[in-house]
Amino acid sequence: MCNQTVGLIAAELERKGIPTVTLQLLRSIAEAVKPPRGLWVPFAHGYPLHKPGEPELQKNVMRRALEMAADPLLEAGALQDYIPED
Amino acid sequence: MATTKELKMTVRLFLKAYRWRENSPIPWTPLAKPLADCRVALVSSAGFVPPGQAKFDESVRGGDSTFRVVPRNTEPGELSDSHRSESFDHTAMEADPDLAFPLTRIRELADEGFLGEVAPRHLSYMGSITAPEHLMRESAPAGAAVLIEDQVDLALLVPV
Repeated sequence: MCNQTVGLIAAELERKGIPTVTLQLLRSIAEAVKPPRGLWVPFAHGYPLHKPGEPELQKNVMRRALEMAADPLLEAGALQDYIPED
Repeated sequence: MATTKELKMTVRLFLKAYRWRENSPIPWTPLAKPLADCRVALVSSAGFVPPGQAKFDESVRGGDSTFRVVPRNTEPGELSDSHRSESFDHTAMEADPDLAFPLTRIRELADEGFLGEVAPRHLSYMGSITAPEHLMRESAPAGAAVLIEDQVDLALLVPV
């Protein structure tokens, strides 16, 4: 349900003029709810930023997500996949 | 990788019949400035509660859709987990709250110059909300009002 919850909050923020990027753990729910900008991450529930105690891995996910906001080619409902390096 | 196969059978059956709420039309706000100039806020649905604030109420039918304001100087170790879901492993995010509410990481990204600055307030929701009408009608707009007041340029949303 967490995936839907953040997708709905993101939509409200966008309606009010704040750009968003929303991490998603389940691609099927991302495709159903349609957050404005979604980055699907291939990690288990409870591990949205990859691994505990691994600052660089966590920041890699965040950088990749935030870069989506700066991509002028994306359109509403953009959903991309995060591919970890390790 | 997260799959529904790791969930209990009762949860899987519930999800199979569940009517997901679709954002339609999908709202869209373009980023107005470079990332390095942006004030960025976090919105996590990990159910973390900062010190001195009430835990999320597990008894609310359909899920507690209220939110907690998390000041940017909050240390991750001060957050307490009150997410009601038993459908995910809580141990990692309890050991390292940055995994689901990256307060330290976003400061580091600002220090590195990747972002302009960290917003003064972040938002914490408890994502196990099966009946999201209150969330959509009241709690999400109220959260948005906080970020608007803080002149946030960009928000990163993190589920668990």
